[in-house]
Amino acid sequence: MENNKISCEALAKVKAICSAHNNDAGELINILHETQNTLGYLPHEVQSLVAECLGVPATRVNGVVSFYAFFTEKPKGKHPISVCLGTACYVRGSEKVLDEVKKVLGIEVGETTPDGRFSLDCLRCVGACGLAPVMTIDGKVYGNVDPKNVKKILESDEYKD
Amino acid sequence: MEQNKINLTIDNIPVSVEKGTTILDAAKACGIEIPTLCHLNLKGTCVNNRPASCRMCVVEVAGRRNLAPACATTVMEGMEVRTSSMRVINARKTILELILSNHPHDCLTCGKSGNCELQDLARKLNVKEVPYDGGEVSCYAVDKTVSIVRDMNKCILCRRCETMCNEYQSVGAIGSMNRGFDTTVAPAFGKNLADTDCTYCGQCVAVCPVGALTEVDNTSRLLKDLADPEKIVVVQTAPAVRAALGEEFGYPAGTSVTGKMVAALRQLGFKYVFDTDFAADLTIMEEGSELLGRLGAYLEGDKSVKLPILTSCCPAWVNFFEHQFPDMLNYPSTARSPQQMFGSIAKTYWAEKIGAPREKIVVVSIMPCLAKKFECERDEFKTNGNPDVDYSLSTRELASLIKEANIDFKALQDADFDAPLGESTGAAVIFGATGGVMEAALRTAYELYTGKTLAKVDFTAVRGFEGVREASVNLNGTTVKVAVAYGLANARRLMEDIKAGRSEYHAIEVMACPGGCIGGGGQPLHHGDFDIVKARSKALYGEDAAKPVRKSHENPYIQKLYEEYLGKPLSEKAHALLHTHYFAK
Repeated sequence: MENNKISCEALAKVKAICSAHNNDAGELINILHETQNTLGYLPHEVQSLVAECLGVPATRVNGVVSFYAFFTEKPKGKHPISVCLGTACYVRGSEKVLDEVKKVLGIEVGETTPDGRFSLDCLRCVGACGLAPVMTIDGKVYGNVDPKNVKKILESDEYKD
Repeated sequence: MEQNKINLTIDNIPVSVEKGTTILDAAKACGIEIPTLCHLNLKGTCVNNRPASCRMCVVEVAGRRNLAPACATTVMEGMEVRTSSMRVINARKTILELILSNHPHDCLTCGKSGNCELQDLARKLNVKEVPYDGGEVSCYAVDKTVSIVRDMNKCILCRRCETMCNEYQSVGAIGSMNRGFDTTVAPAFGKNLADTDCTYCGQCVAVCPVGALTEVDNTSRLLKDLADPEKIVVVQTAPAVRAALGEEFGYPAGTSVTGKMVAALRQLGFKYVFDTDFAADLTIMEEGSELLGRLGAYLEGDKSVKLPILTSCCPAWVNFFEHQFPDMLNYPSTARSPQQMFGSIAKTYWAEKIGAPREKIVVVSIMPCLAKKFECERDEFKTNGNPDVDYSLSTRELASLIKEANIDFKALQDADFDAPLGESTGAAVIFGATGGVMEAALRTAYELYTGKTLAKVDFTAVRGFEGVREASVNLNGTTVKVAVAYGLANARRLMEDIKAGRSEYHAIEVMACPGGCIGGGGQPLHHGDFDIVKARSKALYGEDAAKPVRKSHENPYIQKLYEEYLGKPLSEKAHALLHTHYFAK
């Protein structure tokens, strides 16, 4: 579905990234990194185009994309949320925070809300263990998060649009 | 010479092997078979799958803390290897139990039962129970095409199929996806195999150690047709089948069992037992004439002629160039494959001869190949929806059918094919081996072009098992350069040379499978022993040498077919019945 949304402009950018790397198949991971940084995600159409530019089968590109957790085939939300599941946060109840986020937004980890506002991921430690449990939205760190406050945070004006 | 030798002991046996040898091969050299599972090395081809991922071949090396995978560890001077110590046996057993803990236990009804490397290992390592439960049991939908069935629930992730598809065939229809428990070998983007560039060569099936990749089974369909008194069920058998079928019944590889195969087919209930070899002779008439036609025009200065001409007998190769080289579809010969020529002639010329409508005739083919199943289904080979060849069975399916019908294969008296579509020459029988089509074409093209009789019909330069071979033939002062390739990665290189204008050849033969059809995806499983495939070629060249007629154009039944029905090669009728066109995909 989202495949139809890829603009010609975006595809041209992908081609430019590939040729900046001399269409070298050995540069596949770097190319995918740059492409995801540019487009936000790696839809099938884009993966196929990368495969075509590099002269490798689409299975090779899709294999790499599906292997590394960093790569995503779905567009991220406007405000990406990360809940820390590192040891300190976990023992301080971050799983409950995560459950609450899932409940409020109605999405699972790795998914994006239908309105495209939020996407949800987990991570391991942001280096703020003193503030555990920790959650980040748009890179902004929320410390000592109480599951009861999650709804309020998500409904704050910052994330309205 | 001597300084390249490495001395070591394996289970206290002193061994001296070349530098760079793996422990696995060194052990084999002194008669010790170390069990393997993911390992696959088709020696003499580019296929060497040794991801060392299954760890089944672990051995103990003195002074080394961890067990070493024998398939991926090279020998070193003074090494002391133990291949069956208590520690090794326990480790192998644990590894196997862990694999089995995530493998379905439906062996009795699995298509691979009795021929499964995992099952064999479980028996060999004396596994009586699987102590590990829990874990995640994967749940994948079975993906069925017209040729190949993928059941990834049974996959043990050895990656042999991936190596065949990517490195040997350069197709890449399947590859490793996801990670951890979710890892699977699959087409990109969760597609079904039918929606990929898969050529249906079946090499993934040929090397799968378990039941994850199998062929579409047409045996029940055939039994039903054979039991129908309204139908005239006829069979054609490809050349490579007779060279391998015997292996399923205990004959050593390379035993030709043509006579017994014909007898078994008759006993199964086929009304007529014919030979694809007849159609192979016909292919040579058409393809050979096309070659001479293009060559003649080229020599007269017509530079628009497409050379080299490419053979078109191999259906996986046809699928390959339709997908990969859609702008070069005017290079291959337009001649249909022998299977399809046979079907076409059986349902026209022969149907008229016996006075039966084509709808009553069921043409079944026995093929060493899985792509042939796909070829039968192509729309261009149907008349009013009725296919020229109704369906195809692999050599393996025929063997299981013979066993199912309780036929004592070894006790059968040799029988002969039926006339007229069962008569063939030595040129046709070698179609089953790499280089055979080219050699058959050269025998006929030479004589038709020069008007001279060949002093020696053997063109040994095109024989052998090199991935790409070339030869030159002098036709009345014109040097014709030909090449022979097997493996689609080799074919791709030749195609790219043509595209870039670097190719000097006038004709190229391509077969997708290792060693040609004798190593086809539908043949009895070689379990990684390429010598078995090589032995099959001896059976074919032996049959050729023993034939009284060894040149396609001298087949009296082919001559009669042209006299009575087709006129001459490349006639309008021949074009309608024996030629095809290709589609960019």
